[in-house]
Amino acid sequence: MTSVLQAHELGRRYGKRWALRECTIDIPAGHVVGLVGPNGAGKTTLLKLASGQLEPTAGGITVLGGRPAGGPEQLAKIGFVAQDTPVYAGLTVSDHLRLGARLNPRWDAAMARERIARLGLPLTHRAGRLSGGQRAQLALTLGLAKRPELLILDEPVASLDPLARREFLQHLMEATVEHEFSVVLSSHLVSDLERTCDFLIVLADSRVQVAGEVDKLLATHHRLTGPRRDPDRLPADQHVVSARHTDRQSTFVIRTDGPIHDPAWTVTQLSLEDLVLAHMDQRTAENRRAALEVRR
Amino acid sequence: MIEFHLDARSGVSPYLQLVQQVRHALRLGMLREGDQLPTVKEVVAHLAINANTVLKAYRELEHEGLVAARPGVGTFVTSTLAGASLAAHGPLRLELRRWLAKARRTGLDDDDIEALFMTTFRSTAQEDIA
Repeated sequence: MTSVLQAHELGRRYGKRWALRECTIDIPAGHVVGLVGPNGAGKTTLLKLASGQLEPTAGGITVLGGRPAGGPEQLAKIGFVAQDTPVYAGLTVSDHLRLGARLNPRWDAAMARERIARLGLPLTHRAGRLSGGQRAQLALTLGLAKRPELLILDEPVASLDPLARREFLQHLMEATVEHEFSVVLSSHLVSDLERTCDFLIVLADSRVQVAGEVDKLLATHHRLTGPRRDPDRLPADQHVVSARHTDRQSTFVIRTDGPIHDPAWTVTQLSLEDLVLAHMDQRTAENRRAALEVRR
Repeated sequence: MIEFHLDARSGVSPYLQLVQQVRHALRLGMLREGDQLPTVKEVVAHLAINANTVLKAYRELEHEGLVAARPGVGTFVTSTLAGASLAAHGPLRLELRRWLAKARRTGLDDDDIEALFMTTFRSTAQEDIA
């Protein structure tokens, strides 16, 4: 299968601070990919690197087999809807469509008109007078009518109310069935991504914590609860993601491809949200340890 | 035609919820042989979910011999679950009632009963999978 995005040791630094570092991922085509992580984790940086709006400081990135923003052909293949789905407040809805048609070689004018009509957006209205949900739908229409092979959306629903959020995701997901293209969208809320995404990347502290197909991630992560135990005494194929202990009990979140035979454990499935939180928790735990070592 | 819904807090994966809702509709006679299931696009647009989730659910139903896909047309019900199992409901309900009465006599309240049922149900379900 072809890759939609491949990054190797990718990094981007602003001054002294690494916004993204040592990012190595390979995303197969045909997925709706969720990029999740707390604010400031490096999500926007990764998306801007993928769309060619930023140059890497370290490592390399290939998108749909080419260098991001490497030429007109590459630009035509990738759609980008920036954070909070911006549009031009002073331009009318129909101005936006004209602009889209002029700027995009593969522009699908019929699709754009049909979508705008279905959404009931008045063509003569200035975008600044539209509601937040309507502005987001207009931005999505521009991204879809470009007919990209990959559509990147940075926190598209963060500022929308629950109804507009649902409608936005409905339209986006419907479009993925109608026209085959890959999607990468970011959110700091797992709940936005849980139903829509079948591939997940967790970013925290400027690093990729885990990446993979959602089904596979859910099948290989388990929560073990049982009598207190040192994590070093777990089988070698059980990678500890997070560990919590009381004086008597230990709770581990582990990742393993094999079965769990130890009868001492109560094994439970994780929800996607718990899985994501466990990986973020791991990060902060390591940081705390590092901070303690420095102080010593 | 049936309409799907998803319960985010049920802990059951979305694909399995779709499968269960079709089975449920078949058991209750809401879906009959020859009926069409909503298209993948319709389900995706309605629930805002990933298309692969719907495809996976429909594949599983196909594998169970309950539905069949006609390329370019849609997915249709080919079998029914009502009838044979419906006849078994009566005796099972009677047994369950007796069991519930027994549980209450020993001092279990509603929450105790639900907790006991769910843990037993889940652990046997897991044993079946393993």
